[in-house]
Amino acid sequence: MGEKLTFEYAPAPESRAIVSIKPKYGHFIGGKFVAGSKHFPTINPATEEVLSQIALAGKNDVDAAVKAARKAYTTTWSKMSGKERGKYLFRIARIMQERSREFAVLETLDNGKPIRESRDVDVPLAAAHFFYHAGWADKLEYAGLGTTPKAHGVAGQIIPWNFPLLMLAWKVAPALAAGNTVVLKPAETTSLTALLFAEVCQQAELPAGVVNIVTGDGSTGALIVNHPGIDKIAFTGSTEVGKIIARAVAPTNKSVTLELGGKAANIIFEDAAIDESVEGIVNGIFFNQGHVCCAGSRLILQESIADEVLEKLKNRMAKIRVGDPMDKNTDLGAINSKEQLLKIRELTAVGDSEGAQRWSAPCDLPGKGFWFAPTIFTGVTQAHRIAREEIFGPVLSVLTFRTPQEGIDKANNTPFGLSAGIWSEKGSKILWASQQLRAGVIWANTFNKFDPASPFGGYKESGWGREGGRHGLSAYLKGVSHE
Amino acid sequence: MSFYGLVDGTEASLKKYLGSLSGVDQVGADARAAMLATRSIKTTSKRWAIDTAISMVDLTTLEGADSPGKVRALCAKAVRPDPTDSSVPSVGAVCVYNDMVEIARTHLDLIGGQHVGVAAVSTAFPSGRASMQVKIQDTKDAVDAGASEIDMVIDRGAFLSGRYIEVFDEIVKIREVCGSKAHLKVIFETGELVTYDNVRKASFLAMAAGADFIKTSTGKVAPAATAPVVLVMLEAVRDFYAMTQVRIGVKPAGGIRNTKDAIKQLVLVNETAGPEWLKPSLFRIGASALLNDLLMQRMKMDDGYYASPQYVTID
Amino acid sequence: MSNRIDVKKTYKLFINGAFPRTESGRTYEVKNAKGVFIANPCLASRKDLKDAVVAARAAQHGWNKATAYNKGQILYRLAEMLEGRRAQFVDEIVTVTGVTKAKAEKEVTDSVDRLVWYAGWSDKISSLSGALNPVAGPYYNFTIPESMGVIAAIAPEVPSLLGLIDSIAPIIVGGNTVIVLASTKAPLSAMSFAEVIATSDVPAGVINILTGKKDEITPWMASHMDIDGLDISGLGVKKHAEVKSAGSENLKRIYSFKNADPGRILAFMENKTVWHPIGL
Repeated sequence: MGEKLTFEYAPAPESRAIVSIKPKYGHFIGGKFVAGSKHFPTINPATEEVLSQIALAGKNDVDAAVKAARKAYTTTWSKMSGKERGKYLFRIARIMQERSREFAVLETLDNGKPIRESRDVDVPLAAAHFFYHAGWADKLEYAGLGTTPKAHGVAGQIIPWNFPLLMLAWKVAPALAAGNTVVLKPAETTSLTALLFAEVCQQAELPAGVVNIVTGDGSTGALIVNHPGIDKIAFTGSTEVGKIIARAVAPTNKSVTLELGGKAANIIFEDAAIDESVEGIVNGIFFNQGHVCCAGSRLILQESIADEVLEKLKNRMAKIRVGDPMDKNTDLGAINSKEQLLKIRELTAVGDSEGAQRWSAPCDLPGKGFWFAPTIFTGVTQAHRIAREEIFGPVLSVLTFRTPQEGIDKANNTPFGLSAGIWSEKGSKILWASQQLRAGVIWANTFNKFDPASPFGGYKESGWGREGGRHGLSAYLKGVSHE
Repeated sequence: MSFYGLVDGTEASLKKYLGSLSGVDQVGADARAAMLATRSIKTTSKRWAIDTAISMVDLTTLEGADSPGKVRALCAKAVRPDPTDSSVPSVGAVCVYNDMVEIARTHLDLIGGQHVGVAAVSTAFPSGRASMQVKIQDTKDAVDAGASEIDMVIDRGAFLSGRYIEVFDEIVKIREVCGSKAHLKVIFETGELVTYDNVRKASFLAMAAGADFIKTSTGKVAPAATAPVVLVMLEAVRDFYAMTQVRIGVKPAGGIRNTKDAIKQLVLVNETAGPEWLKPSLFRIGASALLNDLLMQRMKMDDGYYASPQYVTID
Repeated sequence: MSNRIDVKKTYKLFINGAFPRTESGRTYEVKNAKGVFIANPCLASRKDLKDAVVAARAAQHGWNKATAYNKGQILYRLAEMLEGRRAQFVDEIVTVTGVTKAKAEKEVTDSVDRLVWYAGWSDKISSLSGALNPVAGPYYNFTIPESMGVIAAIAPEVPSLLGLIDSIAPIIVGGNTVIVLASTKAPLSAMSFAEVIATSDVPAGVINILTGKKDEITPWMASHMDIDGLDISGLGVKKHAEVKSAGSENLKRIYSFKNADPGRILAFMENKTVWHPIGL
């Protein structure tokens, strides 16, 4: 027998040789890469290594992109049959599948998420979104919006840093299928996969100007939101920014969809399948470092099983493998940015000072880069800030309840309404709870599942509209009676 | 008997005990097992895993055509899996029908394999369809012939009909026959129990009744030791330890044919029950073809190129 | 010739199934097209709105929980009661707006028919807009439209009755409760319709009707954090930006409509998607 008594997994790093990152990028406008004027660095949050210089789009760049999108809409895209438009989307889906490893590696380098997740979740789902929506392009008259649904025209799309490529797919695929052209801005810290997607558009021979990508920060986003040449705004991000956008477009005729924040309850009833519930809790809050708007960040536990579940949860959390995102065995990667890490630290410090009990999984965090150990707070009440505000990190607040109605009431006691989880082996209770919960996505005996055919989006302050499925498609079409 | 204080031997107490178990969600368990199957085990950890897996193999022959010659060859392979490399560990045990126990024990002792156990399949293996008298005698024969491990099958008919107390009593009686001479492994035939809820229930039933090991399958019914079934059983032994401070072993058997599968099993153990279970006294793999694949992978790691079946023995 | 002095009606608000006067004690004069005094309806205040929202919120859960069949029957009952009081409504419309009797007759007829039309949607809207989504995995996944919560509506000035019906029925048929601000110039139809509601099995708080001034009440509707949606069909287009901007504080869903169609019902419903594993 070997001398080693424990099963230490040797490093199993994915090779980064498959990607070639340019030292500097411009924008993708009118089918061509054009140089930017100002630049800012994008870094690997796991190492703080500067990966490339990203262009900061100003007014002229956004104007050029909108102009290119308008021209493509008027001269090409709106005149093309749905059948032909769909073929471009199928092509894009296939090329994304062909280059999936490259996308996964690049996403992990730029975002800090584990390669296992970018490889098994982000990239395959992104390709699936194009495949799904490709099939809608020639069937719009069956989308339930009347016999002659029309595209809006030019869509301005602003996406977050938590699922850079996947959010791009959620936005671009339905927009193109419905016949819009787009100006898309990836998040400041995660532009690289969007720029690689621009290459895919070129390989697919997508007509110039149908997809335009401008990189930049919030100032670029504001230019898009306020641009008079844009007909439709789609935004995924914080509720705070969502409200600013809602106010900005109030005097205009722009159509708007918003996918905003959440503080999802994950309710475990006493008759739940305990081990799968524990997995669901872990998946709910530690998937993608908790950088998920629909993360199950409030664990709402029935008191009769609270001790057992918490003990199992802590044991399970101790097995979460935190570290190098490029290692194929890593479960929890790097926090996306220093700014986000500071926000997580600040809110968890408030949790301490408000009297909640912190417990973090024992793990060695790398010296460089941005890291936060998987953490839970017990003894949390509805009044605590960590029970009300979105932390957007690997931090779980634990609350308890005695009766099913009390559990539901606590779950609903928030201005957010994006998602919720329910765990019970009793069918009638599952259906009862899913009716009671005020949230757009209910995961019963599962959590954080996504599919292009499944509408996603929130109630209340979690946003306007849905993405995915027929409901999501309709956001990119005119034909509904209300405006 | 005390049954760890969990049941008192009556049907009512057994029903209450089994009724207190939480359910298992099939899709969730499948997803967890599938996620753990993505673990990438390389270099030093792979080498460690291969040797550990070899030491956990219950090298098995359970054919109507088994003969003394076949069993002696198996014993030789069990003690020195690779005749050209003495650093390869012996396997955990050989597993045979009970008329071969004496031959196996004698031969192992003769060739320096005193540390290798002999496991006998028992209680009218594989169907379990015989009278209690026959099952007891079957077990007695094996123990008397020198078996250090008894792999008994449960009465799946009784289990599926809800006659749990009958299954429980049978295990208790066979446990008595084993006494201090033999460890008891209880085979569920999970392919016939079908649901994970049943697997979990059978696990807790067998552990309370005195099993030292819980084992998935006979090898005669498919599906056998699937990853989620083993996951559910590992969760059961982990939870049973939390209740009783006693560690029960787990033995997947059937369908584990190559190194990749075996390493996946070790990952399941490591991340479910925990590293404490990563030893032959608490985890065994019932297999026959697996051993040669482990040896070939071991050669590849040592030599740097792929091995051929010509260089491993076929016994 | 009769010497009898007729008994005139005091027009009040309709909140939580009761007919209170405005807490502000204020009224305003309604005159007919020729400038003749007709009535002194309540000039509702922001506090009346606040009370109406409390009532609507309290009623929402129970109304939402009522079966679609039950909701449909209650809406149909409204149509029955309106039909039975045609003459009164025709008379009020003629008196206040000065339109011909034939025109008023048509408005009441359309209103009854419109109520019947909406009533029928209660148990059909889910099959129209719901979906069973074929996700790539062992999950049952469905989407259903659900009530949004408490919705406020600004009814158009004219047609005062039909406009009111369009401001109420599509909202409540989806399981919401409503606070509607009636036509300022012609509020009599609304206040009489409150009497129809009160005798039609509509649970208290499901429909609340205020009379008063748009400029005064609308900003409070837009900014109220416990109102989930706002129908501004009765508000001048010039005011829309201001209301939408104020409503963004709690991301209110704010829409205006031109037609009666299922989209009008769905606008104030939220789509809920439920996932559940399929396994043994």
